[in-house]
Amino acid sequence: MNKELKLMKGNEALAEAAIRVGCDAYFGYPITPQSEILEYLTREAYERTGMVVLQAESEIASINMIYGAAGAGKKVMTSSSSPGISLMQEGISYIACAELPCVLVNVVRGGPGLGTIQPSQGDYFQTVKGGGHGDYKLIVLAPSTVQEMVDHVKLGFELAFKWRNPVMILTDGALGQMMEKVELFPQIRRTTEVPEWATVGKPKTRERNIITTLHIEADKMQEINLHLQKKYKEIEQEEILYEASGCDDAEFVLVAFGLVARICQKTALLAREKGIKVGVFRPITLFPYPFNELNKLADRAKGFLTVEMNAGQMVEDVRLAVNGKIPVEFLGRMGGVVPTPEEILQTIEEKFVGELV
Amino acid sequence: MNEKRMTEEQHFEEMIAEESICIADNLVFEKPETLLDTPMHYCPGCGHGVAHRLIAEAIDELGIQDKTIGVAPVGCSVLAYQYLNIDMSEAAHGRASAVATGIKRVLPDKYVFSYQGDGDLAAIGTGETLHTCNRGENILIIFINNGIYGMTGGQMAPTTLPGMKSTTTPFGRDVKIMGNPLKITEMIAQLPGVYYCTRVAVNSPVNVRKAKKAILNGFKYQDHKKGLSFVEIVSNCPSNWKMNPVESNKWMEENMFPFYTLGDMKVPNLNLPSESKGE
Repeated sequence: MNKELKLMKGNEALAEAAIRVGCDAYFGYPITPQSEILEYLTREAYERTGMVVLQAESEIASINMIYGAAGAGKKVMTSSSSPGISLMQEGISYIACAELPCVLVNVVRGGPGLGTIQPSQGDYFQTVKGGGHGDYKLIVLAPSTVQEMVDHVKLGFELAFKWRNPVMILTDGALGQMMEKVELFPQIRRTTEVPEWATVGKPKTRERNIITTLHIEADKMQEINLHLQKKYKEIEQEEILYEASGCDDAEFVLVAFGLVARICQKTALLAREKGIKVGVFRPITLFPYPFNELNKLADRAKGFLTVEMNAGQMVEDVRLAVNGKIPVEFLGRMGGVVPTPEEILQTIEEKFVGELV
Repeated sequence: MNEKRMTEEQHFEEMIAEESICIADNLVFEKPETLLDTPMHYCPGCGHGVAHRLIAEAIDELGIQDKTIGVAPVGCSVLAYQYLNIDMSEAAHGRASAVATGIKRVLPDKYVFSYQGDGDLAAIGTGETLHTCNRGENILIIFINNGIYGMTGGQMAPTTLPGMKSTTTPFGRDVKIMGNPLKITEMIAQLPGVYYCTRVAVNSPVNVRKAKKAILNGFKYQDHKKGLSFVEIVSNCPSNWKMNPVESNKWMEENMFPFYTLGDMKVPNLNLPSESKGE
């Protein structure tokens, strides 16, 4: 069969993937730079697959509609951008505790506050370390291309249902807005299968299903927590994804996720032209995080430079992984400013090469 | 003493084992099938217990136990799912109607209701309440209004009456400082998305019967797919009103009812042929 190739904007490609993966419902609220997702779905989805698409009155309402519809066992998705995702945090904590599968998308913009509509990676801590209250984890996917905006929707739903856990696609305003060639997967039929835990009406043949996160007795609540922690450990064992390019012979490794990892690829090319052996390590899952792989890589390389569009968030995990074996330097741009390949190369030369000469 | 008590207990057991008082013909009152045999945590004299029973009776009578999904709120009725033998979802504070929207939108042929108190529905969840009603979601919202935050220990609610004392209005609600009580039911009644809107109470047998009818309507009208049903139940809170159950009912009748007038605010016109189906 011929490949279905299209030139698409990141947000629209992601929305198209949601239709094709057989998503049952999307609830969302407009916010730049991701409103195209809601617009595309209201235009395309219902007629093609019968998918429910509803513009909610707020991000708080949309995440709670997700909670309800996910509890009914359906494939559901919402998307927003940083301030909107902040509003959703209470609901996300509930969804994680109630172990409801769903795909959430954060097309990150520069913060803090109302900030800017330009791309940023300033929500790494919020996404990976918690965001909402209590001890919970999201499975976090960080696409770096429009193609991955498509692929991660499919992967996201697979992981969400496999682990009964919310999945967050952490992307940014640039990936959401830019157009690239994408290969689309064929339409998957919406399933009529009902998970055994779903609240769909209790037949005589089974006990009632209850979706709740309230367990007043401390022992019971600890039990729930221990169960969640055990699940997160298993996810860490099974689901780590990363991409290492040019790392085998690299003296210096650039560690970056999402859009910045692509900029780092260009830096690596420029560096090798100058005779500096630079590789790029890109975590694709931010939880679970490739701690061991980075640790092993630190046995071979002389130094890491972590590059992010924030004040230094993932770099803390890189330093944890490296555990002092080699220097881990940081370059960050904030508030919607995107680092250039040249300035990254310059930082490598200043931090590492200069010292060695 | 111990021996004597044992004997009494044994005697009692023998008594209730007697066929003569256990035959089905003699039963005049039964627990609805949808109501579970779990002891309720509600305070003596509280209206929640009666309201729960009415929901269970309505579900039984309509035979929709296998098609009903309930949404419990944060507040005194946070544990409502422990008493009703149906699939239920707990919601975050104020978000029950958004959760119910999510469920109903993906399961349009099921019966969905939320059960919310005044703080949940008319303070923290006002936005969700208003917009769920305005969208005309085909669900039933049951709103328990007792003019106070019960679960957290008697703080002022959006529906606390002027001059009424609570732990956060220790000298009585001063409307110049705290604002006036919110008549949210009157507000939402005028929205086109609301199909049926009524205010009832469970303080007397006649009012209990009216409340039951209202809840039955709220479930049945979901078949019409014409909009939202909203049933406010004016209720009491003996513990936080610092009264015994009888006093609290009297106080409710004398103070709550004049402010929150009982009766229908909006009823569907069922005389039209297209709407008579299902009645």
